[in-house]
This record gives sequence, C-alpha cells and structure tokens, in this order.
Amino acid sequence: MPNILFEKCAISGIGETAYVRGSGKSETALQMEASLRAIADAGLSPKDIDGVIPYATGSAVAEDFITNFGIADLRLSATTPLGGAGCIAAVQNAVGAIVAGIANHVLIPIGRNGYSGARIGSRVQQLPQFRTVGEFEMPLGQIAPVQLYAQMARRHMETFGTKSEHFGKIAVTIREHATMNENTLMTEPLTLEQHQNSRMISDPLRLFDCCLESDGGAAIVISSGERARDLKSKPVYIMGIAEGHPDSPSAITQRPDMTTLGTAKAAPRAFGMAGVDHKDIDVAEIYDCFTYIVLCQLEDLGFCKKGEGGDFVASTSLGLDGPMPINTHGGLLSQAHIIGMNHIVELAKQLRGEAGKAQVRDAKIGLVTGYGDMGDGGVAIMRA
Amino acid sequence: MEIERIRPSLNEDTKPYWDGLKDGRLLFQKCGHCGTIRHYPRQVCSECFSMNVEWIEASGKGKVHTWAVSHHAFHPFFKRDLPMTFVTADMDEGVRVCARLRGDGVIPSIGMPVRVAFERLDDDLTVPVFYPA
Ligand SMILES: [Zn+2]
Repeated sequence: MPNILFEKCAISGIGETAYVRGSGKSETALQMEASLRAIADAGLSPKDIDGVIPYATGSAVAEDFITNFGIADLRLSATTPLGGAGCIAAVQNAVGAIVAGIANHVLIPIGRNGYSGARIGSRVQQLPQFRTVGEFEMPLGQIAPVQLYAQMARRHMETFGTKSEHFGKIAVTIREHATMNENTLMTEPLTLEQHQNSRMISDPLRLFDCCLESDGGAAIVISSGERARDLKSKPVYIMGIAEGHPDSPSAITQRPDMTTLGTAKAAPRAFGMAGVDHKDIDVAEIYDCFTYIVLCQLEDLGFCKKGEGGDFVASTSLGLDGPMPINTHGGLLSQAHIIGMNHIVELAKQLRGEAGKAQVRDAKIGLVTGYGDMGDGGVAIMRA
Repeated sequence: MEIERIRPSLNEDTKPYWDGLKDGRLLFQKCGHCGTIRHYPRQVCSECFSMNVEWIEASGKGKVHTWAVSHHAFHPFFKRDLPMTFVTADMDEGVRVCARLRGDGVIPSIGMPVRVAFERLDDDLTVPVFYPA
C-alpha cells in the first residue's frame, strides 16, 4: 500500500526574481515578488493562499502575507528551522497539512539579500541551532560553516582518499550548467585548473568550492494534486519526501561519524515513499553550499557507497550528457544562493519541460535535496 | 580602534567549563548516575536521562580526528592570526575537543597524538589549545 502522502500533493506554481548582487529591494519585497509570480504561475489569486511557511530566520512572517495579500482566513503558519534543508522540510509540512485538510494552498517563500545584507558568515552566530558552536568554537576563531565543513572534508579525504580534484569536477560541471541559464550570477565557464588555483578559504576547501552570496527571491505553491490538476500550470507531484537530522546535530566536532549527514536518514524514507529506485532518477538538484557537501550527499543518498563519492564523481558524468545531470540551473555554487528554493524551482521546471538550454531530455522523475544547519538533510522525489 | 574579540555567551550549564579553563584545567561533564562522560556541556545524560552531573578533570591527551587550516578570517579579530590550524581530537576520555594547534610548522594528520595547553587571553577568557604530544 502506498504511503498516505504519496502523490497526494503537487507544486502548483513556481516563481523567481532576478538573482543579482545588490537587489536594491528589501528581503520582504523579494519574497512578495517571488510569491506573486508563483501564485500567478499557478493561476491562483493571492487571497487563495491559506497557508504560509516563511523562512525560519528570514525577514517576513506569515502576518506579512496576510497583510499584503488581504488573506481573510489563513489556516497555517509555521516555520522549519533547518537552514538550507528548511525548504524541503517546509514542503513536507505543507504536504502533511494539506492531506490533513488544514490548508488548501500553502505558499513557501524565500527572499534574501545574502550579498548586500548581513553576510552569511556573520549571522550564523545569532541562530539558536548554532549556540553550541557559538559558545565553544567561535571564540577560538572557528566561526563560519566553511571552517567546520573543511574539517568534515579533511576527514573524508584522509579516510577514503577523496581529492580536491573530485570537488573541482563538481564545481566545473555545475558552472557549465549555470552558463546555460539566463538568470544566473556566473556566466563564464570554470576550468579544473582555475578551481585548483583558486585561493584556499579553509584548507582543504578553496574559493570555488564555496557557494555564492547573492540577492534574490524564489517561491512555490503546494496544493493538493486534485486541485492542482485544475490549475494553470502542469502539476509536479511529490512522490516521496523526508527530513533527517544527523547525530550530534549542533556540534559537527562531536559527531560520531563526521562524514555522514542527516541526508542518510532522510533518503531511505523518501525513496521508500516514492517507490522508486536510484536508477529511476533522471535529474537531481543537490544542495551545493560546498562541493564537498554534494559529494557527501551523493553517498548519503545511496548513489554510491560511503567513501566512494570521489571515484563516483571521477568516473560518472554529472553533466547533461550523463545518466543523472545535477544542478542543471547552476546551483548555489554558480547560479545564486536562494537557500535551495532555486533547486526546487529548477526541478519543477525540468519536470514540466521548461528548463531551456539545460533541459534534460525525457526528464520524468527527479530528486531535490536541501542541506543545512551543520548536517540537517531534506530529500524530495517528484514527477510531472 | 581595538576590535572586540568574540566571547562565549556562557550560562549556568557551561560556566564550570570556562572557570576550569581559567584555572588551567580541562573539565568534562560526567553523568552523576551512570558515569557517562559528555562534551560539550549539556543538561541531560542521553544514556540514562539523569540531570545529575559532576565535573572531572580531563587528561588533556588525545589523537587528531580531523583538522583544517583557515586562510580567511570570518571576524576581523582573527586576521592577525592567519593562517590558523584547527584540530578536532579524540580525547582519551572518549569525547572530542576542537582547538587551535600550536607549534611551528606542524602539519597534522589523523591519529597524531596531541596534548592540551591553556592560553590566557585576558582576565575573563582562557581557551584550550593543542600541541603535538
Ligand atoms: Zn547517565
């Protein structure tokens, strides 16, 4: 018997603003702009929205949407504080709420000035999820996620023989995809040599192993499959979805296995719910705050065994000519850092056949991940 | 203008740890019921759920679990310290400690023995550091 949530809900609308450095707009305005586009894409009125799950540490709360849209009876306001896994977690919550009859059309907006506003490195200390790192590691000089992830990457490299060139191949492929996209910060190709010559930020992670800081907004509307079928755009059905939290979630340094993310717990649940196998995935949008995190997720998702990510990346094309192209929009590494909502939007475009130059031929089933807060993972599997 | 350093926002649960460092002692929490040692300090023993806790002085000895070298400071205070080598060590007590590695030109590797020392930064703050053992 299929899972009670299997294909019950769909992405009914998607919307994005321009992705730029220096938006000149407030973060809330970016969210409103992206939301209005997603709602129009669905063919709904803003007043039809009866659930909102705003970004947990963002500028806007559900009340802002009630006020701006004149929503008469909002039935669901929630947040999902999982950092970059928060968007997938929000979809999971929306699906549960819709199937339970709590809401009909749930809006999930993201909007941020990651470039022109407070820099990412400087604001993590304020988050309760980072309190432990904030107390015990930041006073020593270990402040930004890249410094922690460098220690994870080093452990992987020394334990399994993973190389910086493996990270480089991920960066080069994702950049190639960004150059096919019109709404992207990075427009020029990247070579492996450029990657290898880029400056060390936190050894072993180089500049081109790190995501961009950018401004922009993106949003989706989740509706029941039944309602979505009658709306304007082609529904993208949610086949399987799950979130997973790693052991020692608040301190990477204390994590028993530093090379395994919460993704490893979410993946079997998402695949099980979807009832599909890894070979069925035609396209994958994998949260790419850092190249290493992509490699680690490929393992935790089960596309290869733990420790074999380096060989997998070296021997398999992750590009449009390969069996499973990844990050066809350019990802956080080369398109923009929109907390992974740009990954969800891109997967919907791929499955709707609207992905332009980077369209994967016959993309029927796709996977998208979220990752954040030092190890939380989200996995969703969808079809149009 | 002098740049303010980042200070720990300690509370009732964690103050003994910082007070220990000021005295030149590395303290870990030990469950007052089942004896499990834990770090970083927290409220409940995840083995037996007891909230009784005692503090034990650690041996200060461990082996490198992983490491990284920061070439970019994410706070202006640390610019003068670049590059900074961070080591996370498996301590003899079974928990991990993350600290800067001291010692000229030392390149760590997994399994390398280290020992804890203490650096007094000012009257209010002493931090742990590692030296090769
Ligand atoms: Zn106990």
